[in-house]
Parts: sequence; C-alpha cells; structure tokens
Amino acid sequence: MSEALLDIEATAQPALWRKALASRNLMIGAALTLFFAGMALLSFVWTPYSVTGVNIAAKLQTASAEHWLGTDHFGRDILSMIMVGARASIAVAIVAVGIGMGLGVPLGLAAAANRGGLLDEIIMRGNDLVFAFPSLVIAILITAIWGPGAVNAIIAIGIFNVPVFARLTRGAALSLWKREFILAARVAGKGAARISVEHILPNVANLLIVQGTIQFSLGILAEAALSYVGLGTQPPVPSWGRMLAESQTLIYTSPHLAVIPGLAIVLTVLGLNLMGDGLRDLFDPRIRKAR
Amino acid sequence: MLRYAFRRFASLCISLIVASAVIFFAIEVIPGDPARYMLGINAQEDTLAALREQLGLNVPTHQRYLNWITGMVQGDFGTSYTYRSPVADMIGERLWISLPLALYALTLSTLIAFPAGILAAARRGSALDAGVMGVTQLGVAVPNFWFAMLMVVLFAINLRWFSAGGFAGWEAGFFPAMKSLTLPAVALALPQASILARVMRSALIDTLGEDFIRTARAKGLTKRQAMWRHALRNALIPVLTIIGLQFSFLMAGAIIIEQVFFLPGIGRLVFQSITQRDLIVVESVVMLLVFAVIVVNFAVDLAYAWVDPRLRGAR
Repeated sequence: MSEALLDIEATAQPALWRKALASRNLMIGAALTLFFAGMALLSFVWTPYSVTGVNIAAKLQTASAEHWLGTDHFGRDILSMIMVGARASIAVAIVAVGIGMGLGVPLGLAAAANRGGLLDEIIMRGNDLVFAFPSLVIAILITAIWGPGAVNAIIAIGIFNVPVFARLTRGAALSLWKREFILAARVAGKGAARISVEHILPNVANLLIVQGTIQFSLGILAEAALSYVGLGTQPPVPSWGRMLAESQTLIYTSPHLAVIPGLAIVLTVLGLNLMGDGLRDLFDPRIRKAR
Repeated sequence: MLRYAFRRFASLCISLIVASAVIFFAIEVIPGDPARYMLGINAQEDTLAALREQLGLNVPTHQRYLNWITGMVQGDFGTSYTYRSPVADMIGERLWISLPLALYALTLSTLIAFPAGILAAARRGSALDAGVMGVTQLGVAVPNFWFAMLMVVLFAINLRWFSAGGFAGWEAGFFPAMKSLTLPAVALALPQASILARVMRSALIDTLGEDFIRTARAKGLTKRQAMWRHALRNALIPVLTIIGLQFSFLMAGAIIIEQVFFLPGIGRLVFQSITQRDLIVVESVVMLLVFAVIVVNFAVDLAYAWVDPRLRGAR
C-alpha cells in the first residue's frame, strides 16, 4: 500500500509544481514575501547607510539619488531602516508562529487522540481561556511586569497562536481518526502517539502550512501594532511600527515618513495572505471549485 | 435549551475564575513585592509599609485574591496609587469613550460588510465580486492605526472636515462627540468589515449551493427571492459568530486607535498606568477586557444555540 502511495506522490509532484507556477495569487504572494525576506536577509550584511548614524544636516529629506526613500528627523536613511525593520517584523512573526505550532499542534493531536476524554476537555477549555486574552492584553500584562521589549511581542503573539493551531489540528485530526487507514494502523498494533505522528500529522501538514502563512501575516500586523504603542521592539532597533509612531508628530510636514513603513507592512501582509490563498487552492482543489 | 444555558453558564463562571487567578498571579505574585515594584528601588521602608497597608498586602496571598474578587463583584476595584482615586470611577469615565467607539466601529463594519458580501455573492464571478474581493484583500492587510494616520492627513489636515484628535466630550452634545469618534471608528471598522464581508460572501455562496435552495427555486422562487427568504437567514449563523469574535479585537483595536487620535479612553489609561507602574489600574483594566471577551462569547454561544437547536447537544 505504501508503495502505491509513493507512486501517486511521484506522479503528482510535477503537476503540483506546474499548478503552483500557474497560480497568480501564489506567485505574486511569494514574490512579495521573498522580496521583503530578501531585504531582511540583505540587511545583515549590507544597508545603504548605518541605521544608528544620526546626520541632522540631512534630516527630513524626501526621495533623492543619495537617499532613495528619503531621511527621517534624525537624518537616518529610511530605506536602511525599512530593511532592518523587516528583520524585526519577520523574526517576531516567525518565532510567534513557531511557538503557536510547537505547542498548539501537539496539544491538538493529543486532544484528538483522547477525543471525548478528560484530557481533550482540559485542552479545549484551556484553549477557550487563552482565546479570551487577545495578544495586546497579554503584551500589556507582560510589559507591566517585565517592561517593554521585542521578546514580549513574541511571547504575546505566540501564546495567542497556540489555541489557533490546537483547534485546527484537533478538528482536522478528529475526522482522520475515523478513516480506514487509521483503523488499519490501529489493527497493526500502533499506539495513539505513534499514529498521531506517523499518520495524522503528515495528513494535516498542508492545512498547518496554510494556517501558518495566515498567522505569519497576522503576526506582522500584531508586531507593528505593539511596537507602535511602545510595547514591542525598543529603540534604537528600527521597527516598522515604531517608525510609524515616530512619524506621527511629523506627519503634517513629512508625510513620507508615515507612508513608507505603512506600505512595507501592507505589502508584506498582502504577500503572505495571497500566498496563503494560493497554497490553500493548491493543496485543496475542492475549495477552489466551491468558491 | 435551559440545560444547555446552565452548562454554558457554569463554564463561563469557571473561565472567569481561572482568568482572574491568572491575572492576579501575573500582576501581584510574579513581581514579588508589588509595593516595592511600584515605588522603585530607592523607596523608604516606612513608605513601603504604608503602601503595603494601603494595598492590603499584609494578608496571605489567597486572602488577597479573595478580597480582590469580592471587591470587584461589589464594584470596588481598589484605589489607584498614582491618581489616588477609585479605579472603578477612572475606568467608568474612560469606558464612555472606548465602549461607544467599539460599538460605533462594530455598527459601521456590519453596515459596510453586509451589502458588500451579499452583492459579491449574488453576482459571483462578476467584476463587482472581483472588486469586493480585491478591496477586502487589501483591507485585511492594512494596519488600522496606519489607515487612521492616513485619514488624519486627508480628512483632518487637508480637507479639515474633522479634528485630528481629541474628544469633544459627551457634555458637548451627542453629535459633536460622535463626530470626534467618527474617524477612529472608520479606521477600526475597515479591517473588521473586510473580514466580515469575506465571511458573509463565502457563507452565502455555501448556502446557495444547498439542496433546500434548489427546492425553493424548483418551487418557482426567483434567485433573488430564494436568496432573501432562505439563504440569507442560514448564512447569518457563521457571520454572527465572527461578529462575536470581532468584539474582542475591536476592544483591543480601540486601545491602539485611541493612541492615534489622542482619545482619553481605556487605552490611554492603561499605557499611562504601565509607565507609572500603577499595577492596580493595569490589573483592573486587563480583567475588564478579558471579562468582556468571555461574556460576549458566552452571549454569542447562547444566541447560536437559540438560532440553531442542533448545536445545543454538540458540546
């Protein structure tokens, strides 16, 4: 049976790639995401100017040959700040999704394996409880105790992601537990944990990738909001949300300070959302037909 | 229905107790000595003792938790250390800005999303549908506080239709007060409306594919009649859930949007309290927000079970 499955996969693979290349959403989304991820990576080795270099003589310039996106009130190069800011946004969102998946998926698998049992009930009620604490509220709590910082943002967004992945995994796993191939695995003597890892997990992986993309984009938005209100990334590390907060008093005279970081956020989030939509259509053609 | 409601109520109470314990533990136990935390490292010993006395820190932890809970149930949230006034009054005052703002945004988002979602579903595949989907795709990606800033530039600075921030106060009259909440509410409503329009559209499209719609059409109803009389009502169920879930995002979003417009609401209060280390205020505001989310979800669950009897036995 496993050989037959492998055969199907082997023939399905090139078709999947071709479909991926033909999906407009996926391609535009992936291009936008790669662009910003590439900028973030490039900023580790090169930025046009130093992001901590203050040059008051060159402050509040609009786009020019020297400063492609202009400068801020300290004369810092905005393009360089956007590049380094991408790092903070992407890093926070990735780690937060990692926390959500790392804790949520095992919890969801355990709940489904224990469906109807006490463990299932405890996990699901725990989920409901965490859902009652929006990321912002968790961030407020953490900041009140330990002070602001990027780590707060990661923890706050990460905790909020846990029930999202736990519910999704449990829901998908529940329907799989009723399928014949799982029954076959049980008859073969495999335990619940082994079935969850070897059979359930691979079958919910696509779903998790799609949801991961969506949570990634929500994470970018949440990080920007937390940094904007001062609960996230702290100075002097540039972040898109804080660039927006700093631009607020200068918006009358230098609107470009507010427009550019905002556009960076919108394009990154849009890219991830389009990629998520494209992946979902790709993995589950039935949804595409239904829409 | 009554049994279901009772079960849900019991689980509501447990959620509230556990949530309050988590918040109490985070704010009052983790920092060690809250009095020392609030006064800083250079505090005099007698000042510390006075504050401990005032905060009621001289009793065991579990007794403090019980005092806090019973106080809150009776409407006594304690006294703010920095403002020296009852926290309940301070929250009450600011709630008169944050709550109307959230409700205003919820209304706007529903008013925008319903027609947009219904039109897109009714003319599925048309240019209008593509337009709605495109705009909502963008709406979901735009941070609401950035959209708010752009609106300030356009409507307050360039066109001068609205003020760039501040709150007129309810004493100035209903309309001036609502006017100062309009730009914040629109900013808050945009992403929510985008999500809601998408949910409305897909729920309606799903329902329009159901057998009972085919039966209705076979009976001789026009497409429009089948949609308004049968499909819409059934599509509302998932939409209502999303509206309930959105309430918590609106409350949290209101806290952020208040910063853009310098509105003296709950958000201002909590951020000031964080910088002033006024833990009592932070604790109370967080509890209030969590309380609101839990209670709204409870109400949505009940409404849901009332609309759809099949769900009563589901959990």
